[in-house]
Amino acid sequence: MTAPDRELQPLAPQPLAPPEPGARGRAGRPFEPIPTYAGTPPFPRAARAALADTRLRANLQRATATIRAKRARAVAERDDWEALRLAGAAIKNEVLHDLPALLVQLERAVTDAGGTVHWARDAAEANAIVTRIVREHGATEVVKVKSMATEEIELNEALAEAGIAAWETDLAELIVQLGHDLPSHILVPAIHRNRAEIREIFRREMALAGRPAPDDLSDEPRELAEAARLHLREKFLRARVAVSGANFAIAETGTIAVVESEGNGRMCLTLPEVLITVMGIEKLLPRWQDLEVFLQLLPRSATAERMNPYTSMWTGVTPGDGPQAFHLVLLDNGRSDVLSDPVGRQALRCIRCSACLNVCPVYERVGGRAYGSVYPGPIGAILTPQLRGIVRHPVDAQTASLPYASSLCGACFEVCPVRIDIPGVLVHLRAQVVRQHPMGPHVPEPDELVLGVASWVMERPRRLSIAERAAGLAGRVVARRGGRIGALRGPWPVSAWFGERDLPAPARESFRAWWRRVGRGGAGSTPSGQERSRQGRAPEDAP
Amino acid sequence: MNGPVSRHPGDARAEILERLRAALADRPPVPDVPRAYRRAPEHGVDVVALFASQVADYRATVHRTDPGGVARVISDVLEARGARRVVVPAGMPDAWLRDARVERLTDDPPLASATLDGADAVVTGCALAIAETGTIVLDGGPGQGRRALSLVPDVHLCVVEAGRIVGTVPEAIAALRPVRPLTWISGPSATSDIELNRVEGVHGPRTLHVVIVEETPGA
Ligand code: SF4
Repeated sequence: MTAPDRELQPLAPQPLAPPEPGARGRAGRPFEPIPTYAGTPPFPRAARAALADTRLRANLQRATATIRAKRARAVAERDDWEALRLAGAAIKNEVLHDLPALLVQLERAVTDAGGTVHWARDAAEANAIVTRIVREHGATEVVKVKSMATEEIELNEALAEAGIAAWETDLAELIVQLGHDLPSHILVPAIHRNRAEIREIFRREMALAGRPAPDDLSDEPRELAEAARLHLREKFLRARVAVSGANFAIAETGTIAVVESEGNGRMCLTLPEVLITVMGIEKLLPRWQDLEVFLQLLPRSATAERMNPYTSMWTGVTPGDGPQAFHLVLLDNGRSDVLSDPVGRQALRCIRCSACLNVCPVYERVGGRAYGSVYPGPIGAILTPQLRGIVRHPVDAQTASLPYASSLCGACFEVCPVRIDIPGVLVHLRAQVVRQHPMGPHVPEPDELVLGVASWVMERPRRLSIAERAAGLAGRVVARRGGRIGALRGPWPVSAWFGERDLPAPARESFRAWWRRVGRGGAGSTPSGQERSRQGRAPEDAP
Repeated sequence: MNGPVSRHPGDARAEILERLRAALADRPPVPDVPRAYRRAPEHGVDVVALFASQVADYRATVHRTDPGGVARVISDVLEARGARRVVVPAGMPDAWLRDARVERLTDDPPLASATLDGADAVVTGCALAIAETGTIVLDGGPGQGRRALSLVPDVHLCVVEAGRIVGTVPEAIAALRPVRPLTWISGPSATSDIELNRVEGVHGPRTLHVVIVEETPGA
């Protein structure tokens, strides 16, 4: 690889003056506080704010509707889809139930192939490991390919504090990073930005981070992509260290797989001298053969393609081809807690395809950021509380509100390529929240009834439509005669949903019927009436 | 999820493995994996024709020719693209580039990244190809080179001999071993990140030409 060009050094990440207490340096932008999810209000309040943002909702609705339709076509093409899902779920259960032995097997295989394996109990430990490796190689910047794990541990912020610039290289992540923003969707993180905003961000920010955008940049997607190509190519060609996540790691062979569309992944995995991969310990697959299942499940579920443009697989270090130093960081960070709950552990089967987001009526309306975590939507609602330790101890109000960020309509289970019973886990976690907050108001019986119905339903998704009608009944019982819920306060944090004002009682129709009727509602409609009623209904009209 | 700085220095590996064993105290069974999904292509499928149509679906350009016609197709494509400096990996059959009047960049000694960035195109073979998904797999074998060679130039021309085309993903996995790095390519680089508009080409080669070589080329 070529030596880094002196003239092309990134903007000095060192602060020019002492930062304000609490302020954290940003890659290339000293002192600007980096947006984080900390301080996100509990879901109901965050959701209300998101509902008021009509453009966000319009973008989200268009995006999720498009991806939903495409996914359905891509899946319908395979007559063996259900068999693939069953295999996928079984393989991931095998991984979870045999995790310690498989991790040791992976460690051995990677080491034998010339890689180095590190173990990190938590975010701080993982960040310290990555920082140390970058420093050992004398680098002051890294190129990154999108990875949920590194977002989860806030690696970019940790590197910035150490004076290391971390450049995101996915187009969407670049838009988010240059816009000093938070992503709003796992797969299309900049879905909340339109082309005019993206042009403004590129024109204003690219020059500060490296190669400037051309003066005559238009808002044509093709031109915007070209500007990103040129801006990032400079970084790819000089970077000495790359950081990636992993979609899959094969215990048997030590092979890591990264699935992507743009080619920035290939750049990061191929050009630098040093590659650091940060991977949640649940990303394993036992055998090479298991990839034949997941390379069919993931692309169709994620981007609704028969196959994504690029998949890279590598095993340790290959002399003369690609990085000559490979470090694999195995991250726990709460995953062992998730594993300890026999009901909740299935959340660790997740392959981050985001299909459940795109079918979720709640997500479609409120967007990713209302969930206050890198994992939005239905999977976030079950994974985040567990990663934050709800199994072992009471959690904060924001976290405790997440299991209620769902109508339990069941669509997420139907699309999940690894058959995670998300509604079942949500109900399980709600019970946990209620148990952990004896100081909250007494749980009203109708709620208990609804929770019971929900868990019964989820044993057999086909019962759903029957139960939905029953739940409509239960909801109306809760509402009593006045047609308003205000008088009744649910258990904490359900009460957060009702705290501010009276909300209309559930309609007579079932949630799904309601959703079919109004869910395609005009993008520009105001978040009043129907939405408020749904929002208010979500917790108690459970199934 | 951001835990405090670890207060227990010591062996993270041992501690994580211990936590995991404790988490599995209920000893959940390790299931057998049901593999009832399809391994072979559907009955009567012409895998070469299927591959050609799936690749074309990704907006790559497909050419079908016989062994004698490969050199002509390659030189025509390179000329049409205005390619003058072309990367040629070691082990490529001489006959393929017989007709091309271009400057050949060989990787011995290894080409600097900046030189690769200045190349107009790269020509490679492949390890195998998958009909159902329209995928080409490179494994760094003869005529393919290290991964950077097929990544940095803006035009990738890939020659696929018909005998290398398998029907399904399971057939491909069974035929491959990951001893060398693998790159699976399904169409040109693409993004839909801007208002969900598909744009071909962000970082990888923005143009992909696939030349299918068979004794009796189909339409
Ligand atoms: S929970 Fe299932 S559907 Fe949702 S992202 Fe994970 S794998 Fe995909």
